Amino acid sequence: MPDLLLELRSEEIPARMQRKAAGDLRKMVTDGLVEAGLTYEAAREYWTPRRLVLDLRGLTARSKDVHEEIKGPSTKAPPQAVEGFLRKAGLSDVSQAHVHSDPKKGDFYVAHISRPGRAAEEIIADLMPGVIRTFPWPKSMRWGQASAKPGSLRWVRPLQSIVCTFGPETEEPVVVDFEIDGIRSGNVTYGHRFHAPGPITVRRFDDYVAKLDAAKVVVDADRRKEIILTEAQNLAFASGLDLVEDEGLLEEVSGLVEWPVVLLGAFEEDFLSIPPEVIRLTIRANQKCFVTRPQGREDVLSNRFVVTSNIEAKDHGKEIAHGNGKVVRARLSDALYFWKTDQADLPDLDMLSASAEKFGLDLKKPLDQRMARLDRLGVTFHAKLGTQGERVARIARLAEELAPLVGADPALARRAAVLAKADLQTEVVGEFPELQGLMGRKYALLQGENPSVAAALEEHYKPQGPSDRVPTDPVSVAVALADKLDTLTGFWAIDEKPTGSKDPYALRRAALGLIRIVLENGLNFSIDPINDVQVLRHQIGASPVAPEKLGPILSSAVRGGLFSQDTRALVAKAKADPPRWLNLIEEHDPSVSDDLRTFLQDRLKVYLRDNGVSHDTIDAAITPESCNLLTIVRRVEALGSFLDSEDGRNLLAGTKRAANILAAEEKKGTAIAEAVDPALFRDEAEKNLDAAVNQAEKEAGQAIQNEDFSAAMRALSALREPVDSFFERVLVNDEDQAVRANRLALLSRIRAATGQVADFSKIAG
Amino acid sequence: MSVDLPAHMRPQNSFQGLILTLHNYWAERGCIILQPYDMEVGAGTFHPATTLRALGPRRWNAAYVQPSRRPKDGRYGENPNRLQHYYQYQVILKPNPPNLQELYLGSLEAIGIDPLLHDIRFVEDDWESPTLGAWGLGWECWCDGMEVSQFTYFQQVCGIECAPVSGELTYGLERLAMYVQGVDNVYDLNFNGLEGADKVTYGEVFLQAEQEYSRHNFEYADTAMLLRHFDDAEKECKALLDAGAKAGEGGAHRMVLPAYDQAIKASHVFNLLDARGVISVTERQSYILRVRNLAKACGEAFLLTDAGGFSAAA
Repeated sequence: MPDLLLELRSEEIPARMQRKAAGDLRKMVTDGLVEAGLTYEAAREYWTPRRLVLDLRGLTARSKDVHEEIKGPSTKAPPQAVEGFLRKAGLSDVSQAHVHSDPKKGDFYVAHISRPGRAAEEIIADLMPGVIRTFPWPKSMRWGQASAKPGSLRWVRPLQSIVCTFGPETEEPVVVDFEIDGIRSGNVTYGHRFHAPGPITVRRFDDYVAKLDAAKVVVDADRRKEIILTEAQNLAFASGLDLVEDEGLLEEVSGLVEWPVVLLGAFEEDFLSIPPEVIRLTIRANQKCFVTRPQGREDVLSNRFVVTSNIEAKDHGKEIAHGNGKVVRARLSDALYFWKTDQADLPDLDMLSASAEKFGLDLKKPLDQRMARLDRLGVTFHAKLGTQGERVARIARLAEELAPLVGADPALARRAAVLAKADLQTEVVGEFPELQGLMGRKYALLQGENPSVAAALEEHYKPQGPSDRVPTDPVSVAVALADKLDTLTGFWAIDEKPTGSKDPYALRRAALGLIRIVLENGLNFSIDPINDVQVLRHQIGASPVAPEKLGPILSSAVRGGLFSQDTRALVAKAKADPPRWLNLIEEHDPSVSDDLRTFLQDRLKVYLRDNGVSHDTIDAAITPESCNLLTIVRRVEALGSFLDSEDGRNLLAGTKRAANILAAEEKKGTAIAEAVDPALFRDEAEKNLDAAVNQAEKEAGQAIQNEDFSAAMRALSALREPVDSFFERVLVNDEDQAVRANRLALLSRIRAATGQVADFSKIAG
Repeated sequence: MSVDLPAHMRPQNSFQGLILTLHNYWAERGCIILQPYDMEVGAGTFHPATTLRALGPRRWNAAYVQPSRRPKDGRYGENPNRLQHYYQYQVILKPNPPNLQELYLGSLEAIGIDPLLHDIRFVEDDWESPTLGAWGLGWECWCDGMEVSQFTYFQQVCGIECAPVSGELTYGLERLAMYVQGVDNVYDLNFNGLEGADKVTYGEVFLQAEQEYSRHNFEYADTAMLLRHFDDAEKECKALLDAGAKAGEGGAHRMVLPAYDQAIKASHVFNLLDARGVISVTERQSYILRVRNLAKACGEAFLLTDAGGFSAAA
């Protein structure tokens, strides 16, 4: 069976786009061929910076002949209907249609269409221009003379040539001939830009790969990666070094070269005083080079780096290594300058004193100075959410308030929160934003901060994703929670919530982070009062009047809620001379935090489902008012294991039966007694059930008060036997209306008793 | 490269030799060799020979040196690579020829960079100039890990689709010269290629200027005056465009180039204000937007001129 070779050669394709583009090419071509009625045995894509390649094996040489019948209207149908049918079927006259008979419908027209199979070459030639024109590049461009007219071909960079050959292994393949915007397919490609710039005629994939290899082009990206990695490791090893592996960088570098040649470069050892993360990023981001470590050392870097060049240089790479070394040195000089500058005093310290006072900063310390400057410059966090300084002030207050709930020292939590964003004003973070947090920690340790405070500057950003570690040090936990809650309440307060696939402020990630911190640290508190308070902080704004009154009110509300006795007493006291913000508190609109709670519950559901909990168990255990994430999860877990037990399954069946009967009777309008009347019991089973329900309700209620959900489930399991025997022995639909109403009341008691633990009606099965 | 160049004219020895070699190379390939634009600009792209000539259907192949001013990059002459005034070598080819990459590589060989000795790479770089409302796709061109040029296929300029697309090459001349001369400090560059008492260095020509302009840009430029100048330039640009539109017959425009000068002026004044640190983060955006609006209006007017391919309706 014939094979197809396709090469689209262009000017340099951005490294980050190559792999996906080659995959898209395979998919578009194979989908198109299959749709046209061909089959194939295997398809594999390859790529280099200058080409996308498809190797398609075992393609059928022709598509099959197709015979089909298109049913038309009745022979008595009006002429327009018949004309429409002829158009659709591609017939020019009704005489070309057949007449079929149907006992019900009578006579109707049928078009017999037969399409002869087409040669694969023809199909490919038809398919390719469309594939190329509609190729899904993330960004594409026009070029050259053709771009003077609208609708000219777009490609990621100018497309230079197309190889498209087709044929069985035993024969000379032919060129599948097509043309797009003046580029005509052929069997000629070109080798390495500098080593083998001449034309190369190719026949099929096997000789294509071999000839390009000889022309210093490795077509297979995975092989290029392997070459780079192995040679880099060997080169490092030979110099007593270990390569610091970096898969992302390896992927990128393999997309920058067609013929990888690995070399070792060096910089002065003095630069090793720069933190290793900064050195690695400097060399990686700007130079696309790997760094190395002395063998067996994890904590330090060596002054040698690995550069991957694209040529076998005449001088074996001496100039290249030398040139790269020069650039690396210049970059590291900048980095060293940044690192030193960040540890030195800022100019104009006297301009920062107001900000310093606001945050209790010590202007003798460099990081404190940076925080003061962040505030002083009024750097915007978000147009509607104010400045970074205002944000830090809110986070600091909340972190201090949360500290007792998470077992942290409030003073340390506050200090950490105050410094948490200071490193945004450092030169290193300005250059490498991804080092935010880490640099704060380093600078904090250098100025002698408490280690928990220093750690929190880095860890409050965690977890960054589902696989990232969750902070456990209480100070970090307090600041991380305060930061995330402030972000969530802020964007909720200005009504900028995630919608569909749009989540520009990564609020889902913040919510998941919040949930994981709470659960993995076993933190037991209700989020509603906290959300209320932080929403209020956003609504009241940055510089409230009478802050000495506001602070205690909000702190009290974090502890006990906005309507607790303590809070109300403080609010009452403030009324003597009511500040402007008092209205916002007294007439607090809970809808914002309610909505945020629903969002958090939804994220929690997603999180639980991802952890294998079935969605109906989750739905049964969560009520809209549930606002303590930890107890929700405990309830879900207890319910899950209860439902796995035999008692649980039976009770579920019994409860469902009770609920179904009730629902049916409620629909019919049957009378149901307000309360159960023991005098109307006719059977021992009724009496037993009533007693059991009362007992179970009391015990389960008590257990839930104590947040002991397993005990609540155990209490419910005592219901199983009485419920079963009730249904076995008692007919609910008694002739006596009063007895029936009483029995229905008893059933609704089952629903009520179980309902305080979980909504069993939401559980499937 | 012609081998018979005298030593002091060779790019390896001489900064001006490098410029002359590029001039010769691009002149041989049909470019008109223009002189720098006589106004302060932030990059060679601002020269009307690029910004405006990239618009419209007419062929245009030009090369020139453009002194470029980046007030914020001044370092009082103390940094070996950073300058507030430096030279860009700019080539614009409209439409871009199909072998533009080869032509570019040829120019590197002409100045003595052997592609089998040095690692030359095209690394993704999507170019964008918010102030000019312009963007294009292309690369940073690396030589042994150092960026020596920008290579861009203009897609949009002044907010207008380029039809046809131009290819733009921008060489950072000092950096390139440092590379071919093997010098680590820009001020040590040999300017004239001579030795001994006849040798003139880059520092002798420009060090004092760097020191003085850094002082001016960061400390002494009169910001109140500059703010006025910005407003004036903006007003004048709009006024000239209005007047030019009224003067033209059959929809033609008669005063684009003087109006565009005012847009350039506004842009440079903005850069000075930025260096003086009197523009806040939020204001910054709105200043950039104001310059872009001027550039866009100029670009649209340029399409109504002869050079922009306009022929008055009969």
